[in-house]
Amino acid sequence: MARAVSTRRTVFFTIVAWIIALVIFFPIFYTIITSFKSETEAIQGFNLIPSGTVESYQAVQAQSNYFKFFLNSVIISVGSTLIALLISVPAAWSMAFSPTNKTKDILMWMLSTKMMPAAAVMVPIYLLFRDFGLLDSRFGLTMMLTMINLPIVVWMLYTYFREIPGEILEASRMDGASLWGEIWYVLTPMAVPGIASTMLLNIILAWNEAFWTIRLTTTNAAPLTAFIASFSSPQGLFWAKLSAASTLAIAPILIMGWFSQKQLVRGLTFGAVK
Amino acid sequence: MNLKTFLLGTCSAIVIAGFAQAETLTIATVNNGDMVRMQTLTDDFTKANPDIQLEWVTLEENVLRERVTTDIATKGGQYDVLTIGTYEVPIWAKQGWLLPLDNLGADYDVDDLLPAIRSGLTADGKLYAAPFYGESSMVMYRKDLMEKAGLTMPDAPTWEFIGDAARKMTDRAAGINGICLRGKAGWGENMAFLTATSNAFGARWFDENWKPQFDQPEWKNTLDMYVKLMNDAGPQGASSNGFNENLALFQQGKCGMWIDATVAASFVTNPKDSTVADKVGFALAPDTGLGKRGNWLWAWNLAIPAGTQKAEAAEKFVSWATSKHYLDIVAAKEGWANVPPGTRTSLYNNPEYQKAAPFAKMTLDSINAADPKNPSVKPVPYVGVQFVAIPEFQGLGTTVGQLFSAALAGQMTVDDALAQAQQVTTREMTRGGYIK
Repeated sequence: MARAVSTRRTVFFTIVAWIIALVIFFPIFYTIITSFKSETEAIQGFNLIPSGTVESYQAVQAQSNYFKFFLNSVIISVGSTLIALLISVPAAWSMAFSPTNKTKDILMWMLSTKMMPAAAVMVPIYLLFRDFGLLDSRFGLTMMLTMINLPIVVWMLYTYFREIPGEILEASRMDGASLWGEIWYVLTPMAVPGIASTMLLNIILAWNEAFWTIRLTTTNAAPLTAFIASFSSPQGLFWAKLSAASTLAIAPILIMGWFSQKQLVRGLTFGAVK
Repeated sequence: MNLKTFLLGTCSAIVIAGFAQAETLTIATVNNGDMVRMQTLTDDFTKANPDIQLEWVTLEENVLRERVTTDIATKGGQYDVLTIGTYEVPIWAKQGWLLPLDNLGADYDVDDLLPAIRSGLTADGKLYAAPFYGESSMVMYRKDLMEKAGLTMPDAPTWEFIGDAARKMTDRAAGINGICLRGKAGWGENMAFLTATSNAFGARWFDENWKPQFDQPEWKNTLDMYVKLMNDAGPQGASSNGFNENLALFQQGKCGMWIDATVAASFVTNPKDSTVADKVGFALAPDTGLGKRGNWLWAWNLAIPAGTQKAEAAEKFVSWATSKHYLDIVAAKEGWANVPPGTRTSLYNNPEYQKAAPFAKMTLDSINAADPKNPSVKPVPYVGVQFVAIPEFQGLGTTVGQLFSAALAGQMTVDDALAQAQQVTTREMTRGGYIK
């Protein structure tokens, strides 16, 4: 009887999970469908069967150099993630294993910076970038995205590190490990699932960031978000071309997510079940 | 060769190389068909100016406006050439944000620019932007449906005729809406149409003392007519429709009439995209017999920001892109029908263009009929037909547009929308120091 209930419950939750997943995935799916429609078809209303034309892809390719934007996206998102990890691993280690009575406050303060609307600091940031010659530079944008995502990275790593027993680190210290040795040779290998999922999530966040990447770049450092933005038109139909541009922009990150989903799920659920 | 000679030679080579290095112009633009086409035709310019290279930044209209405004206001110097609308030019020129275009070249023929367009880009007698393409608004209608309704569209219709025709042409069962008009909220969306239309009804945004006029009967007549007409003969969900949505409806044969930008004429008559390409007629924007038509005036223009370090090269490019020569290049490569319209008198005198563009005369007449300095029946303290050329208008226009869009959607009454528009506008104009 218990087995039957359990099976029924499993089936129920599986169905619910599938429905939720389909609802979440549907906008992406419809974007892909729309990219294979003509402009007239695209604006005609809801229709799941496209004509299959690739004219929008051809138009997008003819109008923009996709690979230049793609390369910028890779450099900026991977670069900002690596720098964020470099800063966050020691920071999270310190907070997880040597907490003070201010640690919680610092963590909350870090998180609170995420609550500030980006538009509110647009002009000061723009002036800083101008004065330091960082406008339209990959380095500037990488640093910007590092700063933006740093609180999330620190928080995630802090949560993972808290799950690692402090006794193991103490043992390594007794065996004569230095501070860096303790972090790199003991802590980091144990937290690999957490670090990997943090890294993947941060790459996704940086890849999709559209406020600053559009506003702080012009031509040299513009990533795929700027590529997508260039296909919206005030006079003339553009939904199919915009969908084609969006599909091209999200394809790499979707593929990366697909291949790394095991790692991502493992990391995100790390410590969730004791 | 001794060391001194070698070093001297190396230094000279570096200096010469520095001078010979090409200047790169960064051009900010919107994703309109004519602008995209220009990007593919710049070989002619770069061949004649091998020392100048071009880089393009294409953005959505509102993002572009925001980005360019931030860059100019902070003197970021990210752009050398800007694509801006007729609304921005007088405001930005007054702020000292744009360079006057004094050196467009001997063969540019500035007097060939259409007077109505040119006057909108001129401040203190100086031209601050060169028009790339210009537009007004006009009536586009289905000749077959008009005939079926037993009516003949006059060249210069009244709103009474348009209302009558729209109701007669409406055939809900066949999916035909008598009229498609903008309803989507925004200063450049429904408010462009409604502000221009209100001029024909004798309404105005402000009196000579900047007092808002939404509490006057002229605005009530405008909005009443619009909401009733759209309820009787407009498409479902019209409060979400802007230029692109109405374009799609018209191209699919679902609109009897559409009053919008003249630039749409080339889209609706293009058989590749439009199912009604051979059935479209054109007429001037309607009036109410008060002496003003509800046709607007707009141009996308190229301007040079004051912060650029490459003003000379930028002006060379602006001159090329807005020249008669450029129109010839487009005509040779893409045909006369694809030439950017609405900027030069000579284009409308060109028999080849007249032949290729059946809407040419109506476009020219519509542009010439617009008077940005005296847009309405009564005097106004501002410039602009479908906008008010003050910095506050973007925010105000969008807020009022949301109220009018809500009235169209039936979420509030016309009286409530007008009362709230009056209240909001009075508050903002008082804050802005216009009302003492």
